Amino acid sequence: MNSCALTYLETGILPATTSFLAAAGSRVTGPLPPPAFPPNARARRGGLGRRLLHSGLFEALAYPHGVDRYLELVAPLLVKEARAEVIAVRHQTAKSVTLTLRPNASWQGMRAGQFVNVSVEVGGVRQTRPYSPAGSEHAADATLELTVSTHPEGRVSGHLREHARTGMIVGLGAAQGEFVLPAKRPQRVLLISGGSGVTPVMAMLRTLCDEGFAGEVGFLNYARSPELALYGAELAELAARRKGLRVARAFTRPVRRRADSRALAGRFGREHLRAVMPERQDVATFVCGPPALIEAVQAMWAQDGLPAPVVETFTPGTLSFEREDAVGTVRFAGSAREAANSGLVLLEQAEDAGLTPEHGCRMGICNTCSCRKRSGRVRNVLSGEISGARDEQIRICVSVPVGDVELEL
Amino acid sequence: MSKAPPNLTPKQLESFGKELDAICARVTADLGQRDVDYINKVIRSQRGLEVAGRALLFVSFLPPAWLAGTAALSVSKILDNMEIGHNVMHGQYDWTGDARLNGKTFEWDTACPAEQWRHSHNYMHHTYTNIVGKDRDIGYGILRMSEEERWRPYYLGNPLYAALLAAFFQYGVALHDLETERIATGKVSLGEKRGMLKDIWGKVRGQTLKDYVLFPLLSGPSFPLVLAGNATANLTRNLWAFTIIFCGHFPDGTHEFSEQQAENETRGEWYYRQLLGSANLTGGKLFHVLAGNLSYQIEHHLFPGLPAHRYTEISGEVRAICERYGIPYNTGPLHRQFGSVVRKIVKLALPPLPGRGGKERQASIGTSTEIPAREHAARRKLPAAA
Repeated sequence: MNSCALTYLETGILPATTSFLAAAGSRVTGPLPPPAFPPNARARRGGLGRRLLHSGLFEALAYPHGVDRYLELVAPLLVKEARAEVIAVRHQTAKSVTLTLRPNASWQGMRAGQFVNVSVEVGGVRQTRPYSPAGSEHAADATLELTVSTHPEGRVSGHLREHARTGMIVGLGAAQGEFVLPAKRPQRVLLISGGSGVTPVMAMLRTLCDEGFAGEVGFLNYARSPELALYGAELAELAARRKGLRVARAFTRPVRRRADSRALAGRFGREHLRAVMPERQDVATFVCGPPALIEAVQAMWAQDGLPAPVVETFTPGTLSFEREDAVGTVRFAGSAREAANSGLVLLEQAEDAGLTPEHGCRMGICNTCSCRKRSGRVRNVLSGEISGARDEQIRICVSVPVGDVELEL
Repeated sequence: MSKAPPNLTPKQLESFGKELDAICARVTADLGQRDVDYINKVIRSQRGLEVAGRALLFVSFLPPAWLAGTAALSVSKILDNMEIGHNVMHGQYDWTGDARLNGKTFEWDTACPAEQWRHSHNYMHHTYTNIVGKDRDIGYGILRMSEEERWRPYYLGNPLYAALLAAFFQYGVALHDLETERIATGKVSLGEKRGMLKDIWGKVRGQTLKDYVLFPLLSGPSFPLVLAGNATANLTRNLWAFTIIFCGHFPDGTHEFSEQQAENETRGEWYYRQLLGSANLTGGKLFHVLAGNLSYQIEHHLFPGLPAHRYTEISGEVRAICERYGIPYNTGPLHRQFGSVVRKIVKLALPPLPGRGGKERQASIGTSTEIPAREHAARRKLPAAA
């Protein structure tokens, strides 16, 4: 199921869409205004009931838990927080899964190229990962399409590939990121991507297609092999249908049997560019992929005296937990302080840095010092267990940093 | 009367502590889907019982509906406060990363603001368990529950105060962190406690509005019946919570400690004090769920951060360790344990009999060797950090 469809142009939604984009374009950061495309019919039907359920009376009756803690047990999508239901699951490659999500009425919409924090429960633990949806920002029902590439160590991606089913509910954060098309669409757009970095530029391409974009678009994508290439069929279909669109695909590993005779080979270079955008003056360029690809594009643009391209990279979290000695920096984000990791428990390091964190027993019992860790790994001195690198609640009186750690203190 | 606890050497206490640490580490490593499924099941049952109870009370002009509705609402409030609220607020489910199960932000259906509970219970009571003068759970500042507290004629009312505390337990708990007795004696001014009073008022107002105004009003002609049903449910929860909680640290055989005894204690000594100060209740599976697994008070005090439904699984092992070290493991059926608590409340209403000091009832920890004072008294002894 492909959320990029040209039928939108025929239903006359475009004027509203373009004015929304113009209004939203001036806001680079912060939450976006609600999308101006029509809210889906389901949300509209539930609108009045949903408002009534969240009225003061019902909240007072549900005190102190709140209406949502009752409601979610029977209708998990009617809650005030943004959530989405998985409505389709497909596998483009052996190492990926593509999910179509239908968000509830609390979803505030997004712009093509942005990323969304998606929360799923894996083995009882709520995990949050940022994903850049690949669908058009004008998709019907505001659906989001996530293509999740799996990594050998990726717990969430592996879980989604194996266990994602239609009907599954996931949590959504607000859309973030400045890797977006300008509100006033440029006349010529060049989209370069590598690996799973194809998703945000795919969203841009589909959005432009939905808007009936009359300019020129070049789409250059790198994949290791044809087996791992994403969105082959969709890109071929779009390229066949749209005059101003040129698509080229390059495989960085030697391909034994050329399935696609037009495919390019090797890493990024000028000859690849010529296939999609021979003339690069006045081209708005967007690059998403591994650091090496981004650096190569930036270097060439600088060499040619062109304005810097807009870039985004998905950097995997670095694993440094083998190191037992005290290394790294402890950052106390809430008080804008940092100190070199002294190897003591974080509560003592915070105190040594002049902070006075709330605490009680100092022995991992009372939970008073429990604090949010934004990033980095810690070792629990009682169990010896090393935590994950992500956002989670920890007891700082029994946690020693293993490398860089950022706390919300 | 209680048997004198064994005098363990510092070495024994250390290995005792290590054995308990190992249980904690093993269970922590095993936490996962099963625990989340369990707490979610309890939450679903609680919400279901609450909705069913309130719905039945709407038709409470039918006497069986009133009884069933009141019973369902009582059980729902008990589950909310004990197996869910108390345990979630200990941070037992923080590892799930689920904001709804976050111990620092969870709020429960009782008059006591969760924030104040976290201080008076999670910190003060669990760290300074049964230390006379520090653990305010010893008598809640109202009752005389230890021979260490000097008798005053005021304490002649001990049984009466206990009965009132039981009936209005949620308000007793709400005023717990306020340290009313210190306000009464002028040690703290009421002005200093203004913020806390405001929070308590906010909580009491929300409760009262829901249980005694809105739900009765919505039921129209059933107003008095719904009001009575809700009041009965709150009373039932109060009596039950009081009973279970008072069986945690006051039955025969539990020990109290002085502040000096607990100074600079090692982790092993801390475990030892928790064991001597706590008592379990025996019973069936449903009983333990309704008790919020506080019937495994010993295991709870050793490992307050472990999900409480795990206590039953580790209790045999804890008991075996205690037997090996000769440490008494205090457990018994509700009627026996609560009976001894009632006897204690009545006995301590009266002045001590001449010739009987209280000192012998105090357990001693590691008396065989003097525990050296540590350099950083405020920084507790933890296993080596690196």
